[in-house]
Amino acid sequence: MTLLGVEHLCVRFGGLTALEDVCLAVDEGEIVAVIGPNGAGKTTLFAAISGFSRPTAGRIRFAGRDVTGLPPHRLCAMGLVRTFQVTRPFADLTVRENIAVGVHLRHRSPRRARALAEGVAERVRLADRLDQPAAALTVAGRKRLELARALATEPRLLLLDEVLAGLNPAEVAEMEPVVRDIRASGVTILLVEHVLQAVMRLSDRVLVLVGGRLAATGTPAEIVRDPAVIEAYLGEGADRLVTAESPRARGA
Amino acid sequence: MNPAQGERAALVFLVLAAPLPWLVDSGTLVHFGIMVFQAATLGQAWNILGGMGGQFSFGHAAFFGAGAYTTAILQLRFGVDAWSGFFAAILAGAVVALVIGLASFRFGLRGSYFALVTLAFAEVLRILANTLEITGAGVGLLLPLAPGLERLQFADRRGYYLLALFLCAASLLVARAVAGSRLGARLVAVRENEEAASALGVDPFAVKMRAILLSGAMAASVGAFYVQYFLYLDPHIAFGPQVSVEALLGPIVGGPGTVAGPLAGAFLLQLLGEASRALAGGATGANLVVYGIVLILIVRFLPGGLAGLARARAERAGAGS
Repeated sequence: MTLLGVEHLCVRFGGLTALEDVCLAVDEGEIVAVIGPNGAGKTTLFAAISGFSRPTAGRIRFAGRDVTGLPPHRLCAMGLVRTFQVTRPFADLTVRENIAVGVHLRHRSPRRARALAEGVAERVRLADRLDQPAAALTVAGRKRLELARALATEPRLLLLDEVLAGLNPAEVAEMEPVVRDIRASGVTILLVEHVLQAVMRLSDRVLVLVGGRLAATGTPAEIVRDPAVIEAYLGEGADRLVTAESPRARGA
Repeated sequence: MNPAQGERAALVFLVLAAPLPWLVDSGTLVHFGIMVFQAATLGQAWNILGGMGGQFSFGHAAFFGAGAYTTAILQLRFGVDAWSGFFAAILAGAVVALVIGLASFRFGLRGSYFALVTLAFAEVLRILANTLEITGAGVGLLLPLAPGLERLQFADRRGYYLLALFLCAASLLVARAVAGSRLGARLVAVRENEEAASALGVDPFAVKMRAILLSGAMAASVGAFYVQYFLYLDPHIAFGPQVSVEALLGPIVGGPGTVAGPLAGAFLLQLLGEASRALAGGATGANLVVYGIVLILIVRFLPGGLAGLARARAERAGAGS
């Protein structure tokens, strides 16, 4: 079943066209990645889907409803949540208090929110940092916190804006199972990512955005062999990125 | 001292302060206490919106003055009793808050723009009060002296002392309830990062509106108390910038966003104000000079206010043990 549908989406800023006639669909339970060169419109796409910017034209459907133009908090209440590429922790608060803000969407009691925050922290492996101030976290910690807060809202669709960017290879390797576990728990994931090896390992399908247009879609194995994608973005030898079979082929 | 200990200390302070005028026979002490409780309540009103929610108002005089004029006008012009006037004043504060909130938050005004809009509202109200007949224009309003509990006036100043203390304690309990609630968590989230908060399902507009309504109502109750105590009101007293400054100075000095901060700040500032007035031989404005210096020192050396200092000490002590 299609959870998210983007239909003929256009976003223009003055004379600049950031997105032109983008159509995509994400099915329930999928991990779909959006890749593309810098300035291709990936973050703009996320901003439009999550309600942070209003599309110039086109429609966005979520869970069968037209949600075009709804503000972020309404979308979040419906189960569509995003993280930010540049992490935005509530710096003065502890990790627990940060996560509790997300929990509060579905749970009124502060005591319960703080308790449930613990379970969420465990899912992203932040449990040992619960009572530290968010400002004291490393980059990797802040990425996990972004993820934890978003998860705390009990979403159906999670938009991850470069959660792996800025992490070292060991940290990326730690984050991958976290993302897989989230999907396994029933959350559909749409992610924007630059760390291509991880993208190819994680995703069922990959969308390639070039110059504001959708240049290609397919499984990771198809994408890395697509001449147009190699030309515009990946470069020669990209098929080496797919070292193992794609998760879907493995039946994950 | 952590925030919870600070809250308890503030409540214990108020309980201990209640019988003080009956133990020590001093009119100066009673007046000093009234000024502290009044400033602390006004500061607490500002604190909910500015300290917890990060929406720095520079025009809390708008709420204070609306409350003061509402009860004064109702009593003088419409023969309404003082108690009803008092509650009407609180309602008036909320109404002014609704207007200011809609005019600014609806359009996403933040930071210095919000501060300027609140300042402008207070100034417009001051000018209106200065011109309109119903507010007594520049002459102001004088309430007849008629002591009696049913008229909310007290022949014995200690009555006002208890009333001010009650308002202060009530504001403290309201702030504590807010701080410990979902609204409080959301207010702080909006203060820390509005976009991130909205991404997590927080409606920043709704949260800020709740805070300003509560804040406006609380500040208006202080205005209504002022009228009952001084029995005189003019546009400058009600809507002048010194009220707005007093509202934000206490919480900033005491610790913005903390429940105990406004009371601690108000106490310190009133103490310094009295001391400077005494030292300057009663020269008017001496206390304002001292306030200015204190504000500069706090912002420079203690951005978390007195509460921040107490927290830092507790953390050092904790790390040392």
